[in-house]
Amino acid sequence: MSHGELPLFYVFHFYLFGIIAIASALAFVTRKSPVAAALWLVNTMFSLAALFVLLDAQFIGVIQVLVYAGAIMVVFLFVIMLLNLGHASEIADARGMGWKLAAGLVGLALLAQMFALTRARVPESLALPYGAVAEQVAAQGVIAPVAGPLFNEYLLAFEVTSVLLLAAVVGAVVLGKRRGSADAR
Amino acid sequence: MLAESLFFSAVLFTIGVVGVLTRRNAIIVFMCVELMLNAVNLTFVAFARVYGVAGQVFVFFVMTVAAAEAAVGLAIIIALFRHKQTVDLSNINLLKG
Repeated sequence: MSHGELPLFYVFHFYLFGIIAIASALAFVTRKSPVAAALWLVNTMFSLAALFVLLDAQFIGVIQVLVYAGAIMVVFLFVIMLLNLGHASEIADARGMGWKLAAGLVGLALLAQMFALTRARVPESLALPYGAVAEQVAAQGVIAPVAGPLFNEYLLAFEVTSVLLLAAVVGAVVLGKRRGSADAR
Repeated sequence: MLAESLFFSAVLFTIGVVGVLTRRNAIIVFMCVELMLNAVNLTFVAFARVYGVAGQVFVFFVMTVAAAEAAVGLAIIIALFRHKQTVDLSNINLLKG
């Protein structure tokens, strides 16, 4: 896919949000305070939502903001404040030098592997014509192209997901219950 | 923009892995896992643009699993904190020989 036909506006914002996402992620792993780290992660998720919109996945971008940045991160912040972990001084810090070295090596190996995969040739016959998804969105709206496969081909997976969510809710309630409350019943 | 998306995704995933390995605060380790899931979502969306919208459906499932995982994982962290009064992973060594 050549960049020649893409407008400068698009390319500029794509790189801008990508770089913001990576910079926020770096700030996220280096913060000592869990609250600051969580807020940087929210920033990363917002940038990723912008990238999703630029990649013709507008509905996924909205869901990213609503579910990830709006719901999951609020639960994280809630737990941080419930356990009173907001102070940077008393929380656990980074691990020792050996761990950092090992993490750096693992990170470099992972990056090398994934860049090698980026170079891999994917069969051209599988690819849709250029801009096909954008045309589909223009013709059917933002939600219909995603909802169609979700409730037809992937209906079984969708139903299994509801069981997963029920199990997660029951598990969270059982785990979160105080031990002493068993006697109080 | 497939190659650029894969590049951003690879870098974000690696940052998540390095965070899991270098931090000792259980909540931050957990947030690093969420960052890795997000990086994978970016890959799915980028490929969905070239190979059809089915990739975007998978992002839904990844997000659902992430939400379930966050609920259960944070409940485990709360139970752990009640037991040990800390979320420092180096103090949680019950299975260490």
